[in-house]
Amino acid sequence: MSLIAPDLNDADKAVDMPAPAASPARDAWRMFRRNGSAVAGLVILAAFLLMTLIGPKLYPVDPFDIVSAPLSPPGEEGALLGTDYLGRDITAGIVNGGKVSLAVGLIAAALTMTIGVTVGALAGFYGGMVDRVLMRLTEVFQVMPPLLLAMAIVTIFSPTLWSVAVSIGIVSWTSSARLTRAEFLRIKGLEYVKAARSIGARNRRLIWRVVLPNALPPLIVSATLTTGVAILFESGLSFLGLGDPNLMSWGRMMGGNRPYMLDAWWAATIPGVAIFLTVLSISLIGDGLNEAFNPRLRER
Amino acid sequence: MSPIADPPLLHVSDLKVHFPLPRPHPFAPQRTVHAVDGVSFSLPRRTTFGIVGESGSGKTTTALAVMQLITATSGSIELDGTDLTTLSGESLRRARRRFQMIFQDPYSSLNPRTRVGDIVREPLDLMEVGAPAERADRVTELFRRVGLRPEQLALFPHQFSGGQRQRVGIARALASRPDLIVCDEPVSALDVAIQAQTLNLLVELQRDFGLSYLFISHDLRVVQYLCDQIAVMYLGRIVELTDRNSLFAQPLHPYTWALLSAVPGASGGSRQRVRLQGDPPSPIMLPRGCRFAGRCPFAEERCRREEPQLRQVAGGRSVACHLVTDSGEAPHHALPADADSPV
Repeated sequence: MSLIAPDLNDADKAVDMPAPAASPARDAWRMFRRNGSAVAGLVILAAFLLMTLIGPKLYPVDPFDIVSAPLSPPGEEGALLGTDYLGRDITAGIVNGGKVSLAVGLIAAALTMTIGVTVGALAGFYGGMVDRVLMRLTEVFQVMPPLLLAMAIVTIFSPTLWSVAVSIGIVSWTSSARLTRAEFLRIKGLEYVKAARSIGARNRRLIWRVVLPNALPPLIVSATLTTGVAILFESGLSFLGLGDPNLMSWGRMMGGNRPYMLDAWWAATIPGVAIFLTVLSISLIGDGLNEAFNPRLRER
Repeated sequence: MSPIADPPLLHVSDLKVHFPLPRPHPFAPQRTVHAVDGVSFSLPRRTTFGIVGESGSGKTTTALAVMQLITATSGSIELDGTDLTTLSGESLRRARRRFQMIFQDPYSSLNPRTRVGDIVREPLDLMEVGAPAERADRVTELFRRVGLRPEQLALFPHQFSGGQRQRVGIARALASRPDLIVCDEPVSALDVAIQAQTLNLLVELQRDFGLSYLFISHDLRVVQYLCDQIAVMYLGRIVELTDRNSLFAQPLHPYTWALLSAVPGASGGSRQRVRLQGDPPSPIMLPRGCRFAGRCPFAEERCRREEPQLRQVAGGRSVACHLVTDSGEAPHHALPADADSPV
């Protein structure tokens, strides 16, 4: 008395052939493009990148050269954006200073993600003792004030672009480690991870090829936002005089011109606006990516 | 059960899977979840062994332990004479081609970032099945065999319906030419029309490839359709183990009887509906006697004191109940066929 009628007409097979394979990444890009503020962020960031890459060739003025009287207002005395307290061209500073900000931001974000993802992936995947040790280590870094720790690292090693970037990476990897761990804890319990193990995948493959690609969307968002934070950090260190002394940077320009704020507002404000626009554009891109990757936000 | 000359493909004996709970403080007593608590059964070649039970009965944990996806606390799981619980690392990885699994949820069992063709090919590459040059043909052949079209190989899982995804999962499980396939509720996430097709596909594949299935389900109708032998699990233990026909014709354990009477349309040997009271006890604080005593309408003093062991009764059937006699008389057999629930 079989209760299940053998159903031989196979309706399930007759489902129409879906559209040619669209990868998840391509779907996300389509969502991102529809987001106006994210695209605006991308345009602003692209403009700053372009300025940093080809600006120094189009405007070949050394940012350390004295070109005019100190604190000349914008547009007067031949300097488009005025001069600073030593008579150096602010336009040249803006054009050249972006290199430090963006390079430090990208290097620091790359380092942050490398350390954070590795620690978080191992802790989340293996759990148990590995997890406890790595998470206590993470907490050790979390309880130290990040700016002070970064300052200590930079002063111990001489301040160069690399030591600044590394110090920022060392103080900011903890949140991406926690994020990665949380994603790994969620994903490693899913059936496709069990399935991958049952078809003979080794742990290394499970971590890097199965779980990590599926954990990527929030990590990409986090990496983007981390870049913005790293740029702010670099500006902060330069503002305090802990930047690379051989390179002009936006933070350093703000720090140097700060005492003359009331007499020459432009000297500190213009580099501040540059930092603000860069970090804002990166945040907008991060938000756009977050929405593009998050199916629950998509419907809105 | 008729005696079978062949040794069984799978022999599980006294399998226990216990999960220790985290302690609130270092001096707290260790508390343990007894998910599977002494389960033994044999699966003859080319047959289907069903495990039924409600949520929390330990049936999926048993399946995962057989698949070596969770570690058994004790007991042995012999596949063709090799105890899988003694394998680890590379030797376990190499042994995996002989036992594969079909998962419950066709949505979460396929990696959303992998094209379905690669999903089916992966077991061949990872376990080095066949020559690399022939693997693409093998994938195409598997696709045809499970009722998918080769032109769908390059698609991603989200472009398929639930039933088609489950076919991809079945093709993946078949790829390494396993002897044993563990099916963990393979149709419970599908709608009824697709369930029937999928079950028919499983029956065809078993016939064509000589597969043996360990089939986990909470749906008695599915089990009745597919399984040669059935074990009923309750709170980590087998309470009744018998062949399909006698189980459905005349259940022995009061729990099986209650379970069958809850199936709409199934006769189950009696017509009355039995509504069980309450929930199963906690698998952490197990009762002393029979685990079912608290909900059993026939429970006696002895049931609350002494835990019944699974024992053979007449007709080659096994049951873990004090009240079932050796000749196969169960307390509910005496009830009038159309009486209301005595509970």
